[in-house]
Amino acid sequence: MSVRHSLLALLSEGPKYGFQLRQEFEASTGDVWPLNVGQVYTTLQRLERDGYAESDDIDADERQRNYRITSKGNEELSHWLRTPPDLSEPPRDELVIKILVASRLPEVNVHDVIQVHRRYLVQVMQQWTHLKEDEASLDLAFALAVDAELFRLDSVVRWLDSADGRLRRANVSEVPNESSGLPSNQKKTGVAQ
Amino acid sequence: MSILELRRVSKVYGEGTTEVDALTDIDLAVEQGSLVGVMGPSGSGKSTLLSIAGSLEEPTRGEVVILGKSLSGASRNDKARLRRRTVGYVFQDFNLLAGLTALENVSMPLELDGVAMKRARVTAMQALEQLGLAERADHFPDQLSGGERQRVAIARAVVGERRLLLADEPSGALDSLNGESVMRMILAACHRGVAAVVVTHDATLASWADRVVFLRDGKAVDETLPPPSPEQFLGQPSRGPSS
Ligand SMILES: Nc1ncnc2c1ncn2[C@@H]1O[C@H](COP(=O)(O)OP(=O)(O)O)[C@@H](O)[C@H]1O
Ligand SMILES: [Mg+2]
Repeated sequence: MSVRHSLLALLSEGPKYGFQLRQEFEASTGDVWPLNVGQVYTTLQRLERDGYAESDDIDADERQRNYRITSKGNEELSHWLRTPPDLSEPPRDELVIKILVASRLPEVNVHDVIQVHRRYLVQVMQQWTHLKEDEASLDLAFALAVDAELFRLDSVVRWLDSADGRLRRANVSEVPNESSGLPSNQKKTGVAQ
Repeated sequence: MSILELRRVSKVYGEGTTEVDALTDIDLAVEQGSLVGVMGPSGSGKSTLLSIAGSLEEPTRGEVVILGKSLSGASRNDKARLRRRTVGYVFQDFNLLAGLTALENVSMPLELDGVAMKRARVTAMQALEQLGLAERADHFPDQLSGGERQRVAIARAVVGERRLLLADEPSGALDSLNGESVMRMILAACHRGVAAVVVTHDATLASWADRVVFLRDGKAVDETLPPPSPEQFLGQPSRGPSS
């Protein structure tokens, strides 16, 4: 989440005060990413230092200063909007690491571990979905941000599902863990199909 | 009150070497107004569970109770009446009859149940209106989009005095926004007091449910916990056990 460029975007609509920027930032992200006022003022100082924003009220307290975007700031904003973020490096994903570790430990039933995470993820998804349940009062920016989060969580569940299936096929988990809260699945049903 | 109860329900298909335990000892209660999701991979027994819950198939062992009445002792006629009157089904596809308009599709279960045609059509029209489909009433299925077809199917499944809605991968091949509309419609039916079971492999769909049961090789292995109350999520009060 680039606070810097989001503030530039808000300034591109017209000059604004810090408190105003904070309000509008939170409104434009549907309150999904809260922002503290200190962050706003530090960011404004940096924008000013880099020549992307300016203010006439040089001697005033930062709360009284009205900021506007410069033409260099406008160029920077336009460039940023069209530059894809770097997604080529996989993030170090703690959940992926946990499953990889679990799949190697003979005393751990990796399928039970997967189910613990799957359940947790679905519960978090239920909470997000609940927040967009009331369609009549659904704020557009909020809906977009919630959808992004739901897609992200959904992709994690899908990865768990495919890991579950792939590990079964590979028969990694031959040793059922009797101490686990979940039943170890002794089955004659067709997993192999 | 529980609209649907499965008590230690098991289903075995085939015999001898071809025997398949499709379901094993499933216990499930679905309260009035609640939406239960059943999540599991392909082959885990989701469709079998739904067919047995809707009396389309017999359990091998165990009991299905609908509106407090066990289906074990029920006659064929009783069950047929239950399927016409009390239970609505939505499947991934094959939901609508191609030769009938949207309105006729929705009114058909009422007419089959002996409701006079005129009255059935009025009730069906109301169901379509409630779901924002009034202007599609005279369209045939092939004149509707996939999302509209599925919404008409839901209108048909909840028309009249249905108490139980059973949906099998109801958003099948729909895109995510159409899938969301389908779930919103099912939820709206629940808010009117219908009990619903949606089976799916899709976590986004399942996340509309009050409670999600996880199925694996025919067994209910886990389920979501109700959010601890009064837990806060993003500064908003979370949903209670069920409204
Ligand atoms: N009519 C049938 N005859 C034999 N086996 C069946 C029949 N229907 C389902 N099965 C088997 O029962 C298991 C559960 O199937 P199903 O309920 O369709 O799962 P899901 O809907 O979760 O994909 C599978 O192994 C499937 O092959
Ligand atoms: Mg199925």
